[in-house]
Order: sequence, then structure tokens, then C-alpha cells
Amino acid sequence: MTTKPKASKAELAEKFRAFIDPDFVITDDETMKPYECDGMSMYCEMPMLVVLPETAEQVQRVMRICNEHEVPVVARGAGTGLSAGAMPHKEGVVLSLAKFNRILDIDPLARTARLQPGVRNLAISEEAAQFGLYYGPDPSSQIACTIGGNVAENSGGVHCLKYGLTVHNILSVEMITAEGERVVIGSDALDVCGMDLLALMTGSEGLLGIVTEVKVKLLPKPEVAQVVMAGFDSVQKAGDAVGGIISHGIIPGGLEMMDGHAIIAADDFAQAGYPREAKALLLCEVDGTEEEVHEHIAQAEALFRELGATSVKTSQSEEERALLWKGRKSAFPAVGRISPDYYCMDGTIPRRYLAHVLLEMEKMSEEFGLRVANVFHAGDGNLHPLILFDANVPGEFERTEAFGGRILNLCVEVGGCITGEHGVGVEKIRQMAVQFNDEELQQFHDVKAAFDPAGILNPGKGVPALRFCQEYRSLEHKQHKHDTVDAAHG
Amino acid sequence: MGDISQMLKNQILEARQTGQKLNIEGGGTKAFMGRTADTEAGTLKLGEHTGIVEYHPVELVLTARAGTTLAEIEATLAEEGQCLHFEPPRFGDGSTLGGTLACNLSGPARPWSGSIRDQVLGIRLLNGKGEHLRFGGQVMKNVAGYDTSRLQAGAMGTLGAITEISLKVMPRPAMSLTLVQDMPLDDVIQDMNSRAKEPKPITGAAWVDGKVYLRLAGAKSAVEATAEKWSGEVMEQGDAFWHQLQHMQHDFFAGDEPLWRFSVGSTADHPKLEGPWLVDWAGSQRWYRGDADIARLETLAQRAGGQVSLFRGGDRTDEVMHHQPRALKDIQQRLKKSFDPDGIFNPGRLYSWL
Repeated sequence: MTTKPKASKAELAEKFRAFIDPDFVITDDETMKPYECDGMSMYCEMPMLVVLPETAEQVQRVMRICNEHEVPVVARGAGTGLSAGAMPHKEGVVLSLAKFNRILDIDPLARTARLQPGVRNLAISEEAAQFGLYYGPDPSSQIACTIGGNVAENSGGVHCLKYGLTVHNILSVEMITAEGERVVIGSDALDVCGMDLLALMTGSEGLLGIVTEVKVKLLPKPEVAQVVMAGFDSVQKAGDAVGGIISHGIIPGGLEMMDGHAIIAADDFAQAGYPREAKALLLCEVDGTEEEVHEHIAQAEALFRELGATSVKTSQSEEERALLWKGRKSAFPAVGRISPDYYCMDGTIPRRYLAHVLLEMEKMSEEFGLRVANVFHAGDGNLHPLILFDANVPGEFERTEAFGGRILNLCVEVGGCITGEHGVGVEKIRQMAVQFNDEELQQFHDVKAAFDPAGILNPGKGVPALRFCQEYRSLEHKQHKHDTVDAAHG
Repeated sequence: MGDISQMLKNQILEARQTGQKLNIEGGGTKAFMGRTADTEAGTLKLGEHTGIVEYHPVELVLTARAGTTLAEIEATLAEEGQCLHFEPPRFGDGSTLGGTLACNLSGPARPWSGSIRDQVLGIRLLNGKGEHLRFGGQVMKNVAGYDTSRLQAGAMGTLGAITEISLKVMPRPAMSLTLVQDMPLDDVIQDMNSRAKEPKPITGAAWVDGKVYLRLAGAKSAVEATAEKWSGEVMEQGDAFWHQLQHMQHDFFAGDEPLWRFSVGSTADHPKLEGPWLVDWAGSQRWYRGDADIARLETLAQRAGGQVSLFRGGDRTDEVMHHQPRALKDIQQRLKKSFDPDGIFNPGRLYSWL
């Protein structure tokens, strides 16, 4: 392969300023500083420069220039990501889509919305509300996160057991390829001929293309939604109750669980009226027509009591419903109040292993000397353990990372995966070697090369270089053996 | 019977050495789909790679080998009050899960319950190097690595042989009911979409022979209350109608006349093309019978925001799928090469250039 001419920072900036408002080609450290990390602030890097184009044509030209000079490009939305997927490359360009913030069109009859990628997730539902419609996926960061970022991460939220993830709720994307081609993937229809490139793009963490427009599906807003809150004196019982609800044929709109630590923290924060003595709490939201909700709420209440709930309460008004959710939705900041820092994990497990995984985590918590609180998307098996630590204590973050890594290994061991919705990014790249073997990882690299032959899109994220994997696996293996010996001696 | 993945792998490795091509076959019920299969090629028989590997009703997840028949899977699910809610069509007793994913086939509930592609959680796949790869998982959410599982939907086996599939299953609705009334084609698109816009338990909207059929399914109270509010007669044999539609056994689908599938925007004006039409998926899927030039139909489909394919019959030596723009053709050719560098699997079945 011939080496292409390298471009200096000044040369690149000059080229970009020829077609982008010079104020939005940022090269000074002070203005670039806010771009050094995303929501995962433990991982930082300063980029070479930052550009904020405002048209797809400009993005196209940026990509052509970067491709020609083999300059890394990291796309960025609101920067709320939790895996350092938008962490800059030190020799690369951060391409911010912040100026692409317009809702282009809402078609109420077709129940679709055409959006620029920088539109905030919540803004879609707010705009669609006048037509009795809303956008399904609702990640906790929905006030700030953008639809472009949602496509990159395949974001979910608390309603995805019933309403699906981003991949289930989009019809098409317009994207600029690494080589600067403008293509539309998908259509107004529910499928297109050929390979499902739309699914492949969704969750690809900015490694396959730059999304410049998204068409999403909108859903009719349910007539009614009510929440049943049930407290349990053991996690096992709460887990069984989740199974009970689903076996009964009820698919809740949202089904969330918190453990004892999270209950107290969230209740202190939101005064949501949670049963503070409970070891586990379930929030089960049923939505649909009035008749359906009435029927299913009665069944859910009875089932929870039958399955050993120590308290059962159902929201009787929109205010009550909002309050019950407020506790859950503020669980992260609430935990933030009881600890200087916290580290949020994102493993997914088959639900039947919940009690086992939580018990193992308790043991690890003792071993590492770090507290952990758990919130759990119980309906879909997505676990968010929050490890509490203090970044100012030397070595504590490293210990936290190691603890987190072990939790993810455990998730994979029971048949789950290392990330349900936060993405791999930089943060979980080592654990990819636990979930996938070298042949599978090589296949991922080959898929990437099909879209991005020069490898300029978000390099170093998502899929690890194979040479690091062997090393990590053997380290983990030693660690595991060590633990087993310790346990035997303990 | 059972797990024959080692045998399949050996056959691929041998084909790779000898330069032989392989047509992938499951139950053999979808031989009519895609372009004419390469007659020089050997056959990779997935039909004997069978069996439900894992099924946990409480998890709403089932894992089966690709050659397992839909009949077996649906019977197993029914014992637990669950179902494949994307309502896959069967073109014979042998229709398999693997073939259904490769062809991305889903039935009348598709706009509301999703497609098979939507329900896939993970797969195992033998690529063209004979590597047996595992992607995705058995959990609802998994964003580790690219979604190469759903990528297979519609790829018609051109990327490899799917050997195992994990997918989400759902409880069967407590009851269902069908409303029917006369309606001209001109009014039907508006009508179906207006209904679909309401927060009601609708799971089917089709137009056949001058009548519109709406299916309500879910909690009994919700279904009955909605039926009272909406117009239309309650149909006696409602379930039988949807069953016929799902499996394409309705008279509309009979005979040898070319069958075209328009996958378009649900609210798009109906294409100006004389001949017999059947509308399903609340307007998103429209079937047409007749001899026609694919280039002309492509123009009509694009105007309606979608694409067209020659689903059955007609000339299958030429292209049968909507053409791909150059950039997407390039990407798909490169993807093909990344999975199947020697072009072993299903040569020319999806497109002449793949």
C-alpha cells in the first residue's frame, strides 16, 4: 500500500475553512477542551482539530479530504455516550454533528419523522405529541442525547422489551461513507432488497459511516399507562416475579428492578415513596387501551402478592406514575450523591441467572473493597451495576476497572454479553476478546474494511486488534485460576 | 439429524479447495425465490441440521438449528402459549427457520410485531472459510460487535450458511377478532393508516378483492371495546383468512402469472398500474400479478418510497431484485468478499453480480 501524503493541522484547517465557516473549524486547545471526552470522562484525549459542518455536502468534503490524507475521523453527537466511543483521536478530526439539529418533517398519517442526526431524542416525542404520536426508544440520557448517537449505539431505554431498540424503530439513514459517497440505506418501506445494511449500521459506533439524516417510525401514544411498584425481601423473589409476569402473557411497557442500595439512594434523592426496607424493588409499567391496562394491572398486582411481594402499590394518577419513575430515572445521580464517583457497567444476562450474578457480584464487591449498587432493566436482562469509588484515591479507579471487567466476564460466562446498550467504544474493548474469538473478531475487521478501506472512521474503537486479545485472554485466565485457588483456600 | 455442523464445515473446506460452488438448501420450499440457482454447483444441505437447542419460555428466547422446521418450532412454542409473532409464511411442511431468516419473510402482523429480522438475537454462521462463527447472543440487547446477525436477513445465503438462530418469541394474544367491510382501493390506504395511527390493539390490515380486513388482537377487553367503536362486520372465520394470507394460500397467489412484491411507504399513492393487486401491512406491502418490465416497476416503486422484486414466476435468469445504487452495490460486493472470499455460497442467487 502506498503511503498517502500526511497533512499537518494547519493544512487541514485551511482546507476545511475553504468551505466551512472558519469559526467552526476549531484548532485552539481551549475551545477544543470540551471535546476531549464524552460521558465516560475517565477516558480523555485532545483531538488535532474539531469541525462543525452544517450540510451533508460539507460532511462529504470533510470525509474526502480525511480519506485522501488518511486522517482519523471521530463523529460526535451530544457526547453523552458511556463507553468513550466519541473520545477523540489525537491525530484526528472530531466531526461534530451539533449543527444538524432540525426536525425536517413529521408525517402523522405515515407515522414517521425525518430528522437531522443532531436532533435530541426527547425533542422527537415532544414534537410528535401534537399528533398523538411518540418515538419509542427512550434512553435515560434522552433529554440530551441525539438520534444520530442513538443510531451509532443502537440505544434502548426502559421500554424496549415491548417497543424495541433503535434498530426496530428506524426506516432509513442517509450517510456519508468513509470515501465521501452519499448513500441512503433503507427506504420509506419496512424492508429493502439485499443485505440488511441498515441493521449493520445501527450500533456500529461511528466505525462504518457518518449519518447525516435519519427517518424514524413513530408510535401512537398509549391511551393509559400505570405503574405497579412491588417490594420484595429477596432479589430471587423479585426475579421470579418478573418471570411470573411474562409467563402470564403480559408484556409490560417497562419493567425495572433495583437492589437495596439503589432503592435507598434513589428514595433519598427523589422521595419517591419506595419501600426502604425492601431488598429488591420492581417497577412494572403496563400501557395500552384503558380496558387492557385495567385488566393487566389487576393481574399484575395479584401475581406480585402471590409471588411474595412485601408491598404492592399502583399509581393512581399521572403525577404518581411520574414520581415512581423519577426515582428510577435519577438512580445514577442519586448514587452519585453517596459516592464521589461511580462507574456504570452495562452487561446483559439471561434473566434466570440474575440471583446468581448478583450474589457473585456481592462476593467481588468484598474482594475489591468497593461498594456496588444495581439497577436492572429486568424485562430485557440488561444489568447496570454502579461501582462506587473515589478517583482521588490512588489506584482506586484501576481497581474499579478490574472489578468492572470481572463483572463483564461473569455476564459472558452465563450466556450474556458485555454491553447491552452503552457500546464497546474504548472502555470495553478488552472484554471483546472474552465474548468473541479471533476468527469472529477478524470477521468484524473485514466488515469494517468493506465500508472503510483506509480505516479512518473512529479507529481504535469497538473491535480490538487481534494481537492484544491473546494477551488479555491469558491474563484473565491466570486471574481466574488465581481466584479459584483463593476461593479454595478461603 | 441433529448437529451436523462438522460435516457442513468439512464440505465447505472441500469446496474451497476444489473450487466448487455450493447452493444452500434447507427444506427446499423456497427454490422458487431469488434468481435461478447455479446448476453446476453442489448442495449444502442444512435441512438435516435440526433441533431446538434451548428454549426458555420465561426468557422469551428460543434457539434452534437452522434446519429446524417452522412447524416444529411453532408447535413447541404453542405448548407454552407462545408464538412466532412475526407470522412467518410456510411454503410447505419443510419450511425452515434458517430459510425464513435468509429470505427475511414475515406475515401480516409485521408492521406491529416486527419481522424475523427484528426478532433475531444472535446466530451461528459458517462463512466461506469454513469458520463456525457466533454473533449476537441469547439476550434482548447486545451491542458488542457489528450486527452481523440481522445483516443476514434478505442476504439469501450469499454471506454464509446460517447454522443456528436465537430469537425473541412472544405470548400468543389472548384473543383476536377480524372486522371486514367493502372499500374501493382508492380509499383503502387512507383508511388503514388512520386506523394504524390509533392506540388500539391492531395487528393486521389488508385489502383483498374490494374488502378491507382489520385484525384486532390482545387482551379480550381491549379487543372487544375497539371492535365496538370501529366500523365493519365481525368476520366469522377471521383467523382462517389471516392464515391464508400469511401462507400465501389465498386465490390471489395461485397460478403461474408473475408475482411482484412492492415494499413501499405505507401511505404512498397506489401505483398507476392496471391489474390485480393485494394490499397488506397497512399499505407497506403490495402484491401485483402480471407480466411487466422490472425497470418500469422500479420507477413506480421508487415513486412510492420503496422497492420492487419479482417474488415468484417470470424470467428468473435476469435480475429479480430492485437494482442497487453503485455505492451500495460496491459495499455489498466487498461484504460478500469479507465473508465468502472465494464466492462459494449461492452464486448469483440474490443478484447476478453477487
